Amino acid sequence: MNMELSRRQFLRTAGAGIAGTSLGAFGFGGVEEALADAIRPFRLTNTTEVRNTCTYCSVACGILIFSKGDLKKGEKAEITHIEGDVDHPTNRGTLCPKGAALLDIVHSKTRLQYPMMRKAGSDKFERVSWDVALDRVARVLKDDRDKNFIAKNNDGVTVNRWVTTGFLAASATTNEAAWCTYKVVRSAGMLVFDNQARV
Amino acid sequence: MTNSWTDIKNTDLVVIMGGNAAEAHPCGFKWVTEAKATRGAKLVVVDPRYTRSAAVADYYAPIRQGSDIAFLNGVINYCIQNDKVQWEYVKAFTNAAYLVKDGFGYQDGLFTGYDESKRDYNRTTWDYQIGPDGYAMVDETLQNPRCVWNLLKAHVALYTPDMVSRITGTPKDKFLKVCEMIGECASPTKTMTSMYALGWTQHSKGSQNIRTMAMLQLILGNIGVRGGGMNALRGHSNIQGLTDLGLMSNLIPGYLTLPTEREPDFPTYMASRGFKPLRPNQMSYWQNYKKFFVSFQKMMWGPAATAENNFAFEYLPKLDVPAYDVLRAFELMKQGKMNAYICQGFNPLQAFPNKAKLAEALGKLKLLVIMDPLETETARFWENHGIYNPAEPAKIQTEVIQLPTTCFAEDEGALVSSGRWLQWHWPAGSPPGEAKTDVWIMAQIHLRLKELYRKEGGAFPDALLNLQWNYKDPHEPSPEELAKEMNGYVVSDVVDPNDPTKKLLEAGKQVAGFGALRDDGSTACGCWIYSGCYTEAGNLMARRDNSDPGETGAYAKWAFSWPANRRIIYNRASADINGKPWDETRKLLWWDGARWTGYDVPDIAPTAKPQDVGPFIMNPEGVSRLFARGMMRDGPFPVHYEPFESPVANVIAPKVRGNPVARVFKDDFAQFAEVASPDFPYAATSYRLTEHFHYWTKNNHVNSVLQPEFFVEISEELAKEKGIAQGGWARVWSKRGSVFAKVYVTKRIRPMLVDGKTVHIVGIPIHWGFVGAARKGFPANQLTPFVGDANIETPEYKAFCVNIEPTTGPVA
Repeated sequence: MNMELSRRQFLRTAGAGIAGTSLGAFGFGGVEEALADAIRPFRLTNTTEVRNTCTYCSVACGILIFSKGDLKKGEKAEITHIEGDVDHPTNRGTLCPKGAALLDIVHSKTRLQYPMMRKAGSDKFERVSWDVALDRVARVLKDDRDKNFIAKNNDGVTVNRWVTTGFLAASATTNEAAWCTYKVVRSAGMLVFDNQARV
Repeated sequence: MTNSWTDIKNTDLVVIMGGNAAEAHPCGFKWVTEAKATRGAKLVVVDPRYTRSAAVADYYAPIRQGSDIAFLNGVINYCIQNDKVQWEYVKAFTNAAYLVKDGFGYQDGLFTGYDESKRDYNRTTWDYQIGPDGYAMVDETLQNPRCVWNLLKAHVALYTPDMVSRITGTPKDKFLKVCEMIGECASPTKTMTSMYALGWTQHSKGSQNIRTMAMLQLILGNIGVRGGGMNALRGHSNIQGLTDLGLMSNLIPGYLTLPTEREPDFPTYMASRGFKPLRPNQMSYWQNYKKFFVSFQKMMWGPAATAENNFAFEYLPKLDVPAYDVLRAFELMKQGKMNAYICQGFNPLQAFPNKAKLAEALGKLKLLVIMDPLETETARFWENHGIYNPAEPAKIQTEVIQLPTTCFAEDEGALVSSGRWLQWHWPAGSPPGEAKTDVWIMAQIHLRLKELYRKEGGAFPDALLNLQWNYKDPHEPSPEELAKEMNGYVVSDVVDPNDPTKKLLEAGKQVAGFGALRDDGSTACGCWIYSGCYTEAGNLMARRDNSDPGETGAYAKWAFSWPANRRIIYNRASADINGKPWDETRKLLWWDGARWTGYDVPDIAPTAKPQDVGPFIMNPEGVSRLFARGMMRDGPFPVHYEPFESPVANVIAPKVRGNPVARVFKDDFAQFAEVASPDFPYAATSYRLTEHFHYWTKNNHVNSVLQPEFFVEISEELAKEKGIAQGGWARVWSKRGSVFAKVYVTKRIRPMLVDGKTVHIVGIPIHWGFVGAARKGFPANQLTPFVGDANIETPEYKAFCVNIEPTTGPVA
């Protein structure tokens, strides 16, 4: 696990454009040279590189995601390649059979695209707008809360709880999404609240 | 994890029991390989299956699933009997010398105070004797028969090698070999690490499985040291973060707890939480509880939380039951007591036990809301998929709203690794279609509810209307804004009481850490244990400096580790009572005569004298607990209990069924197979495959090609007995459901001899369902029992009973 010369540091030293000519000085063989010359600069000059973390287990391997287009510049970005981050202390560039196939989960055919609604008794989902979907959610929640909220228990103690609606939180969202979720759920008085850690 | 993935390289012995890191955490497992290659470390694997972790182990011992406590109590007994104890550590850093109340006792599988009708204990005798000075009484000579050490010695004496072998099915010589290898780590210069996962948690006594190993690690002096620790290999990318942030029925971020209805007011609530030290000079860090709690309330409700209204204490809901965990939620749903349920990135129809019960429960809801990047079975529970999901849509009145969310590659923020590292990541791609971030969706729900309450009024709107929501764009708070809230900031200036011209804290500034938090409302902080992650110095979670001075494996400048950027918790215990490292070659912290110094951020105050202040600062004793007092529902010492469905009766307590205090709902008890039932004679267990991640990767073409279809695994002996051919079909059924599967006949599973009886094991991978790119198949939860761990309600997925017969393939 020699980390003295990571790929990133190497390219910084050599400069992506002249990588081919400088490689010999570092003692790399001809194959490496050809590869670096042909492929790496091609990817780095044509795509945007972004640091991210594998979405699966909590080893939390560092990954590099390459996209056509740059979100930071307000462009639409299409992810074209994902690989392990060689600078990451834990995985040092390696990925497992799941992590190595991350690109396929990003572009899975079963990724959800649009809000959908299935009416009572129906045998299908139908596409709806975000406004229709969210207004409906808010309406049902509000009606249920107003009807079933318990302000005081039988002993007259203020309990301010709502237990007829529940929330099951995720396991792969960010801390920031989780904190935002916590604020919204708890401020409504909800107690039927759990997350994937239960399993 | 008490330690980190990269710290595993420092160990001498890796024990993988209750997990299978080589397959489930391959890139983390490489640190085991590193320790083996560079330090000559050994790997021991104890598992019912000969897993890929076992395949590269130095020693493998088979064990019957659900008997880990018997095994580990046996190891503790071996260590005590053979003087494999790190005595200096045990005497200085555990409660071995503490005296226990006279009323406490144990007999025939039960502790003092059991009430069978309540399935619960009165735990008042499970505590220390308190002296006239208000402190716990101790006998440092360990002579007093009531001291923890002597009670423990008596408690584990039953678990002799013969008894262990009788219960666990592990051959006695293999058990003793493992004991011998573990026993060597009692040396102050030898360290063992425990790597475990769901193989220990998914039992009706999961918490005690883990606790037993923690006790063993304390006896060996392996907690707080490099290459040691209790290392939970967490499953999902931010399951640690979601837990830290308290997205659970009874929690407040940072492991604070919600009030119950027996705590009607703020002073009553605080009375049982601000723990006073139980020994002189101890930090008893929860004494600061009020600072963390008030700062949390200030972050939630801002100006609406005032000293006058007890910082909006009544805005918090109060519990009437211990928790509304998922199992309780589905039980209530089934009883028709719930109306709406929101699933965020979670597929409970696959993930919780007894699928038939779950589907029935979902069908009684008025509204089910799904937020997910992917199709899930839960979103389509009403859809008919033949034998894989028999449903009659016309009869199911549940309205379902499915909302598309972004995935990891399209969003920004931090995820917490098993090693407690908060690593920030950046978005790389545009979301598909109209997918939105979870933050945006939660904001929309909140803003719409708020608008409805403003217009219409309704039940107690105060907590909702006054929720602090002062984001630049209220429709989509930015990750930075939310991270800054979790870190905390100063609400109003705090001046130095000795010099009023000097500001100690300045309003509007981010706090530097939880040490700055106050209980008077002048600071606000969303999650105290994360404090320090986003300070005036910027976003420390985004740091990417992989330097590692001394090559300790700490990587202190890479991202941020909670708490306080500490990489190994309880690290003061890496040095002896005088502050000298146990092992010079693996030193972590040391006392230089005036303060603590070293490679990590010390647990205790940097100037706290080593002889005075104990390393286990969260305990009011300052030491760790071999005797858990009343903190665990099922006992202060671990006891071997059989799974609720077991091929044999409990050898040490034949009258006790399962864990005697585990919560079981009435209808579920009726769905358990009897002990040693001839109808369900085989011991089943569920597990993951290295090519798949739960129910996600079946949506992924590559992984679906690698492992395309559902199968079960059985031994050659069982296959012969039942006339099942390699690659043939079988029906496997429990008292709750039935599955059809291809059969993999394998040498990886062998029958075991348990209490004189041959027990066959059936292995069931979990990954299939009726949506995605893989072939349709059955999920393991069609078979599993609806019962959880007595302390935290994690379902008993790893040990249950089934029957099996050869069959032809299914007609779908």
